[in-house]
Amino acid sequence: MSEEFDPKIVAFACNWCSYAGADLAGVGRMQYPPSIRLIRLMCSGMLVPSYILRAFEKGADGVLVTG
Amino acid sequence: MKNSAQDDVRVGVFICDCGSNIAGYLEMKELVEFAKTLPNVAFVQENLYTCSEGGINEIKVAIPRENLNRVVVASCTPRTHEPLFMSACEEAGLNPYLFEMANIRDQCSWVHMREREAGTNRAKVQIAMAVAKAAKLRELNRIQLSLSHRAMVIGGGVAGMSAALALANMGYEVDLVEKRDRLGGILNDLNMILPTHEPPDKLVNNLVGRLQDHPKVAIHTGAVVTKTEGYVGNYVATIQHNDTENKIKCGAVIVAIGAQPLKPEGLYNYDGNKVITHIELESKLKLGDVQAKNISIIQCVGSRSKERTYCSRICCMTAVKNAILFKEASPDTKITIFYRDMQMYGVENEELFRKSKRLGVRYVTYDPDRPPRFDGESVSVYHLRMGRDMIVPTDLLVLSTPLVAQDDASEISTMLKVPINENGFFLEGHVKLKPLDFATDGVYLCGNARFPSTIREAISQGLGAASRAAGVLSKEALFTSGIVADINPDTCCGCLGCVAVCPYGAINFIENRGVCQVNKVLCKGCGGCAATCPSGSARLDGFSNQQIYAQIEQAMAV
Repeated sequence: MSEEFDPKIVAFACNWCSYAGADLAGVGRMQYPPSIRLIRLMCSGMLVPSYILRAFEKGADGVLVTG
Repeated sequence: MKNSAQDDVRVGVFICDCGSNIAGYLEMKELVEFAKTLPNVAFVQENLYTCSEGGINEIKVAIPRENLNRVVVASCTPRTHEPLFMSACEEAGLNPYLFEMANIRDQCSWVHMREREAGTNRAKVQIAMAVAKAAKLRELNRIQLSLSHRAMVIGGGVAGMSAALALANMGYEVDLVEKRDRLGGILNDLNMILPTHEPPDKLVNNLVGRLQDHPKVAIHTGAVVTKTEGYVGNYVATIQHNDTENKIKCGAVIVAIGAQPLKPEGLYNYDGNKVITHIELESKLKLGDVQAKNISIIQCVGSRSKERTYCSRICCMTAVKNAILFKEASPDTKITIFYRDMQMYGVENEELFRKSKRLGVRYVTYDPDRPPRFDGESVSVYHLRMGRDMIVPTDLLVLSTPLVAQDDASEISTMLKVPINENGFFLEGHVKLKPLDFATDGVYLCGNARFPSTIREAISQGLGAASRAAGVLSKEALFTSGIVADINPDTCCGCLGCVAVCPYGAINFIENRGVCQVNKVLCKGCGGCAATCPSGSARLDGFSNQQIYAQIEQAMAV
């Protein structure tokens, strides 16, 4: 493959706002790099810090928490 | 066989083309072949439209035929289609919470339209994550509850009376609780109401008469609600009247406790005689007890200040209304209104404002940094437009003070576990989406308890709150979502951390056992308690740590 850096980013999204926002980006056909793997939460307030650590531990290059 | 597969888990994966919405941008065959390689996957099928009748039917047929006990649909977004697929599972005899979705349209094919290979790869990852989570899903149940079809309205002002009457007319039993000895609220103190220019008694008597005659309404005057227990559909309220206490059951509660005029102690030599508030003026006018010939009215006294930043909304039109009444009764009465901004919204009010000017009411703008002063004989002020001081002889000074929260607002807020804002007014669930609801189900609000409003607004809100409450009361039974929190009583140490973070007042501390317990009816499934719990005793069903860890692992594995 190319030598370009292709990061793996784990994103946590709140069902009621940012997950809906991610849907809306699709409805609006806004294009972004497919480096993201998105996990739906019921609220960003339910995010346990260990989720972030686990993602890094498993090799994530970045973690995005949205809500 | 596959190493990590759990023997008893059989996942069926349905991958949707969504016409060309997904199939036009991703390699569907590749996704199907990939899904077949995933642990626990027993069956994979591609559908042209999974949500069509045919697609739904294929899920329902495949569940028994392939002996599936988990279903994953890779298609659009769970925000729109999850309920449909869940009920398909349920109809096929599978617990609907053994279902998971992979969003490969809104969050994949539509946003990676020019990256077929990388987009397909992301879709694979999202499917693998969904399958991994699905394998760890557990059966969950919705709880069915019976409910009381009775309502309680706290506050017998115009908003509360309108709400109570509307509910009674819909056929629901209503308890209307008023702490004063008579119904009517602040209307009882007023002289003439806008825009009809009628005495408020006409409106009050009409409402009171209809309430008293209504077989569904129980009026409790001189009574207060001292305690409420329970939750939506099943409240038990204690109503205290003199020395007797009554317990009533109700399914919904409407907060309509109103507001009270601010007494401007220490401002402008306020004495309740020569210097009065506009509400006191109304009472005096009602008694025909005003002889003054030089009347000054000062707006925004005690409001739009550092202490109270809000505009009380009703004072401008009240001042103009009373100025017109004076002028019409005796045209040689001199009336001066000192104001910062006149807030006369609406066609009728604009017309009223113009009429007052035609009648000779004087308007003087003042600067809040240089407010008017009153020495007992005259008001002196720096006239902002003319750029000089002026003196206005005054034998009656009226102060337009704001409506402020009731003294018991904070008590009622604590009792019902619903919020008030920094000024003590009740805070709706959402300013636009839930203007008459609280975040807590089963409790609604209307009228001045929410914010100073005109009579028309208070009536509209009362009717609105009644219809919101009827939305609950009309149900045969209530169902909770399966996605709710649970606390393991064996490991809970009763630290109350979860109680503090729960926005819905859904967690109670059981004192005799020293543990916290989730009320699954009130829980909205945000999982805040699970994230806060230091002992890991609280968990959100459907979003457990194990399920999310499984997703994280798969996110990195592909």
